[in-house]
Amino acid sequence: MVEAVLRVENLSVNYGAIKAVQNVSFSVNPGEIVTLIGANGAGKSTILRTISGLEKPVTGNMSFEKQSINHMSSEKRVSSGIVHVPEGRRVFPGMTVQENLQLGAFTVANKNQHKVAYNNVYEQFPILKTRRHQDAATLSGGEQQMLAIGRALMANPKIILLDEPSMGLAPLYIKKIFAIIQQIRDTGVTVLVIEQNANQALKIADRGYVIESGQIIATGTGAELLSSDEVRASYLGG
Amino acid sequence: MSSIIQQLINGLILGSVYALLALGYTMVYGIIKLINFAHGDVYMLGAYFGYFFIKVMHFNFFIALVLSMFVSALLGMLIEFIAYRPLRQSPRIAVLISALGVSFLLENGMSYLYGSDKRAFPQAIKTIQYHFGGIQISNIQLIIISTAVTLMIVLTIIVKRTKMGRAMRAVSADQEAAVLMGINVNRTISFTFAIGSALAAAGGVLIGLYYNNIDPLMGMTPGIKAFVAAVLGGIGIIPGAALGGWLIGILETLTQAVGLSDYKDAVVYGILIVILLFKPTGILGKNKREKV
Repeated sequence: MVEAVLRVENLSVNYGAIKAVQNVSFSVNPGEIVTLIGANGAGKSTILRTISGLEKPVTGNMSFEKQSINHMSSEKRVSSGIVHVPEGRRVFPGMTVQENLQLGAFTVANKNQHKVAYNNVYEQFPILKTRRHQDAATLSGGEQQMLAIGRALMANPKIILLDEPSMGLAPLYIKKIFAIIQQIRDTGVTVLVIEQNANQALKIADRGYVIESGQIIATGTGAELLSSDEVRASYLGG
Repeated sequence: MSSIIQQLINGLILGSVYALLALGYTMVYGIIKLINFAHGDVYMLGAYFGYFFIKVMHFNFFIALVLSMFVSALLGMLIEFIAYRPLRQSPRIAVLISALGVSFLLENGMSYLYGSDKRAFPQAIKTIQYHFGGIQISNIQLIIISTAVTLMIVLTIIVKRTKMGRAMRAVSADQEAAVLMGINVNRTISFTFAIGSALAAAGGVLIGLYYNNIDPLMGMTPGIKAFVAAVLGGIGIIPGAALGGWLIGILETLTQAVGLSDYKDAVVYGILIVILLFKPTGILGKNKREKV
């Protein structure tokens, strides 16, 4: 059996009195694409935010490469290889595309590694190279999403956490983004992606978890969940 | 004509000091959205540190300037750590009140410890007047403006070219996204206070040399004027603070030149009201607009 790269056990997270995540357990194996699907407000984003340290869990344990990360600072999590692409892309306005990418490599001390990372990102996203001296805020939504992903790749991640990467994008870009997610996995980076676009996400995912009201209610391979009547009825529009 | 040029030069000198102070306001506002009302008092303390290093330790003026900037940077970090950091998750008004508290503490603490009387700032550099046509300028004035401009260039390099500068800009733009880049937000904020306080201290030491005296309340009025300068240029925008500082300095000396000395402060505060009414984002500020 493979050892999970990321393991979340009995995780609960509250926002004040609201129980956003309740007793959630799941794991991600190296080289997998795992997706968490569920309606808006089901707690998917909260789970990712807790893994990257933006939220504090009430109970539960999170471990990365067998080490507990519960008390690890966010910076440390990034430098150890957990990199989170937040919902809404959150590129830095007023800074150029290149400066945004440079910030992605903030925890990477080795300058030679920066060069390699730039080359890889520019190769994968030629549009970013074309626009490298442009203010990130002037990019289109799809381009900003590529920048957000490229910026995360600059950190040399072992696992990349993607929060709604296709949200608000034109259909052409949605297709592109899902292709990119597969490319990222093919380079050896593990992917944990949350999506409202459950259909697309399950098609590319090795495994998925269905979240409802902060709890996991179903799990299986991408194909299994796609063909499950229950999942189809609730999340795939019949 | 030459008297107008003379006033413009005097305004530029005074404005350089406002600009140094305004930079600290604007950087701190940019990063934690706090109007740091204790900033003028760091300028005052900077002047006292300069006094100490020159008068007591007998250092050369420029060494005293650098030492005062360094000690004030540490002080700025300490103030942030004690008075603002514990309130990071509190409403902004709580931090603002804390800043006012720090301001009163520094002003009254210094009055208590060292007396509230003005004291003569040592004339570490002998004044030499130069004349060009009808215009008069002193070596002290040249030192003030060149020091201010040099510090602004250094600041620009730090902000644009260094890793810490990029971290500052990232935290200003989007704190949470900065965390996701692996940036230590507390350390970045601390660094911002250090830089802002060092610039304020430089202003304090320079003004001590220029006006020949210092006192514990010397930071109050320049502090507020520098705040107006930061708002005028566009709060949170670094070049705006420099521009605003110079404009306020020139405006103030011109007001005096036309015989309205009694109203010079009123004119500056009037500018604040006008700018807040008609262009609250300041001269260089853009109305916020984000692409979806």
